[in-house]
Amino acid sequence: MSQEKIKITTGIDSLRSEIRDKSVRIIDVRREEDYKQSHIPTAVNLPLANLLSDDSPERVLKLVNAMGIDDQTPVVVYDDTFGALASRVAWTLEYLGHSDVSLLETTFSKWKSLGLENDNKTPEIQHKEHSIHLKPEILATSDYLDTSKDKPNVLLIDNRERLNYLEQHIPGAISLPYRTLATPDKILRPKEDMTRLLGNRGISGNSEIITYCGSVGTLSGLAYYALKSVGLPNVKLYVRSFKEWKNLEKPIAKQQDANYWDLSAE
Amino acid sequence: MTVSDLKQSYPDSPNPKINWARIEEAEAFANTVKLFRQGKYDEDSFRRYRLQHGAYGTRMTNDYAMVRIKLPAGEVYPHQLEKISQLSEQFSIGSAHFSTRENIQLHWVILEDVSEILRGLAEVGLTSREACGNSVRNVMCSPLSGVCPNEEFDSTPHALATARFFLRNPMSQSLPRKFKFNFTCCEKHGMVRMVDVGLIPQTRDLDGTTQKGFKIFLGGGLGNKSFVGYQLEDFTPEEDLLHTSIAVVKIFDRLGDRKNLARNRMRYLVNDMGWEKFQNLVLKERAIVRATQSVITQLEVDHTPSVIKRPIRISDESGSSTPDGYARWLKTNTLKQKQSEYSSVFITLEAGDITSNQLSELASIIREFSSEGHARAGFVQNIALRYVHDDDLSRLYSKLLTVGLAKPGALTMAAPIGCSGTTSCNLALTNSHRLAKEIQRKFLELKLDQDDDLQDSSIKISGCPNSCGQHGIATIGFFGGGGRVGKEMYPNYQMSLGGRSDGETMLGATCHRIPAKRVIPVILKIIELFKQNKKPDDTLKDWIHRIVNGKEESEIKSVLDMRKVLDSLTIPPTKEEDPDFYTDYGSDSSYHTKTGKGECAA
Ligand code: HEM
Ligand code: SF4
Repeated sequence: MSQEKIKITTGIDSLRSEIRDKSVRIIDVRREEDYKQSHIPTAVNLPLANLLSDDSPERVLKLVNAMGIDDQTPVVVYDDTFGALASRVAWTLEYLGHSDVSLLETTFSKWKSLGLENDNKTPEIQHKEHSIHLKPEILATSDYLDTSKDKPNVLLIDNRERLNYLEQHIPGAISLPYRTLATPDKILRPKEDMTRLLGNRGISGNSEIITYCGSVGTLSGLAYYALKSVGLPNVKLYVRSFKEWKNLEKPIAKQQDANYWDLSAE
Repeated sequence: MTVSDLKQSYPDSPNPKINWARIEEAEAFANTVKLFRQGKYDEDSFRRYRLQHGAYGTRMTNDYAMVRIKLPAGEVYPHQLEKISQLSEQFSIGSAHFSTRENIQLHWVILEDVSEILRGLAEVGLTSREACGNSVRNVMCSPLSGVCPNEEFDSTPHALATARFFLRNPMSQSLPRKFKFNFTCCEKHGMVRMVDVGLIPQTRDLDGTTQKGFKIFLGGGLGNKSFVGYQLEDFTPEEDLLHTSIAVVKIFDRLGDRKNLARNRMRYLVNDMGWEKFQNLVLKERAIVRATQSVITQLEVDHTPSVIKRPIRISDESGSSTPDGYARWLKTNTLKQKQSEYSSVFITLEAGDITSNQLSELASIIREFSSEGHARAGFVQNIALRYVHDDDLSRLYSKLLTVGLAKPGALTMAAPIGCSGTTSCNLALTNSHRLAKEIQRKFLELKLDQDDDLQDSSIKISGCPNSCGQHGIATIGFFGGGGRVGKEMYPNYQMSLGGRSDGETMLGATCHRIPAKRVIPVILKIIELFKQNKKPDDTLKDWIHRIVNGKEESEIKSVLDMRKVLDSLTIPPTKEEDPDFYTDYGSDSSYHTKTGKGECAA
């Protein structure tokens, strides 16, 4: 496991050379109209909403094949939402069994603001055949949470904003807002920084870690990659997140007797 | 260099003169928290350590802290605001709070993340060290120092030098209690008689040359029991400033009460001993300090003038029309500086709160509009942009509008102060913070900010008797408590009238208990009574002052009369008639008081 090379993000400079070498499949997960206006050259469009309308492995397989991705194709995903939407797509590919998927280290706006190349051409795609080797070890379901979340070696992490967490969260979860994970320029902090920050919070070593957020596993998807980026071996995403948890009327915890919302300037 | 290393850079933003930070303190803090969590550090010493580094406890929990970032003399630079914006987004609630003492506070921070905040602050030269605990707290200076038309000279350099001298100085690491310095510009702007050491710059003529010095007030302060400070001597020359400060701190350190936590601020010492005795002690101690320390210890007052340079216009919007509300904002949020063609602009916040996004927008606005390239925190949970060229004011207003920072009323009664209250404070009994926001919204809706008769009055609210909201010096002040009807409780406030902190400083006179949900009607009633009874040139402040001092001749002659007229508004309805009466602002469940361990004495 530790031998395996984990590449979580792809740098701007290396993506540009991979584009030149035509050795990469880039997925732009923004809305179709944004994609059509401009995108990173050679990128294909897979709006997150499209993926989420049915993210069963069979459907995902079709999408992946149609994007010309086989088991060996290196994939880089980007968005304009601090990496959260891209993370959710990358995680879905990983779950399907694709092993070479990473996130662009920055957002499309940042890419553009640096004056880097972009166009509005839709690339010609050659259909490919991908296999299915599901990775259930990176998925957490509500049933799984029920049985495991209170075990001593399991950490449950809530990636929503602090006020939402204070108001309600899954009992036992700790708060790590998604904003904490980024720097102004990059979707994830540098490794050393991230390690220290997580270490302070007791997130380290060989715990099993489950991340969740508000609804569809985007913010927590980013956290999933943040945790992987420092080499934590056992991370799971509770994709259906707090929305499902609430709908199932499972227990909820709250920070009592304080009017924290009134400190917010919004 | 690769493309991704390219960063946008801003043209010549000036840098702060002083780096207040020590990066190693962040590391040490992280380690200490770990040791504490492992049980290797006892509660009390950990608390002292935490407070010394600027992290308070939070209401009903041990897992969160409030980090208080000091802005010595109130100065804050654009890149510092950007950093605080990021930190508030990453580690707090996406908002930050401008306090009444020129601190910026981040609430609901996980204790284990405090060190990350300290690290971020160190990157921009800021510290929270000695922002809490028994130390010399943030040294304040008037937001108008340097631009005030009434001032004798700018005391900002002296405030900065004083802050620098005491920060991390072993002399002030474990005082009997917290200790506060306030520098100001003139009698009118600032609070020098309600603080341990208050200083007003003044000059005198000595053999044909002008000598700089200060009027120094000692032993004042607000709290559960408040006192007005005494003037030490007619004139304290600039050279004696540090000697005097050291002498006072030393006396307090030696004689202050370390046992009785409720009575250990210096004002109690002064009160118990009697002013004259205390005054003598200070003068004697100062002679000793002067004799023994003059050679080694100098206050490093930096007199290099600030660079005033009108920023180059980045975008040209000439021809665009002046937006609605500009005249109102101009009237209630700006002051003419002594430098011709320049104004100081105060930003209205709601009880001091500002979003992360607004903080970073504000940073660009400062770069674009302030000719001194930085901002100053104000005294009333607000922030001031100074050296804005008069020709740029309407453009600035338009810009502020786009980021929601253009509310009027900053310099009027429509900008009440509210301490944190039940939003985060362990000792709070009511949601004073939200009440302040509600009053502001009502005042702005009724356009009371434009009423000249109300302009110099103030409303200040504390969530308990401890006075963090400075209710004692408000024209109309409130502190929270619980009221009771049978078994039911409701949020209640003790109202005082006529407090002030100017040359005629006095504490407000207790008037009545007002239920939280009646506070706004009561304030409006007082204004209505004033309008009925005022003399032509009266302001509300004058009128209330006469009432409090028994000098009013109309219908309402005394605080007691006022109390009587307001009686009918304070009678609790039954819970069936008005269930809302029994809830506090910001909460839909029945009101009950609940407090934890306070750390004000720590
Ligand atoms: C007995 C306990 C306390 C006393 C006597 C006390 C006293 C004061 C006073 C007098 C001020 C006004 C500033 C000044 O003029 O010096 C102040 C400000 C403040 N205090 Fe306290 N304090 C106490 C406890 C606390 C606690 C427990 C907290 C919560 C962490 C707190 C938070 C604040 C804040 C936030 C301000 C600035 C006001 C604002 O802008 O929100 N204080 N305090
Ligand atoms: S006045 Fe009371 S409620 Fe308000 S901050 Fe101070 S201690 Fe807390």
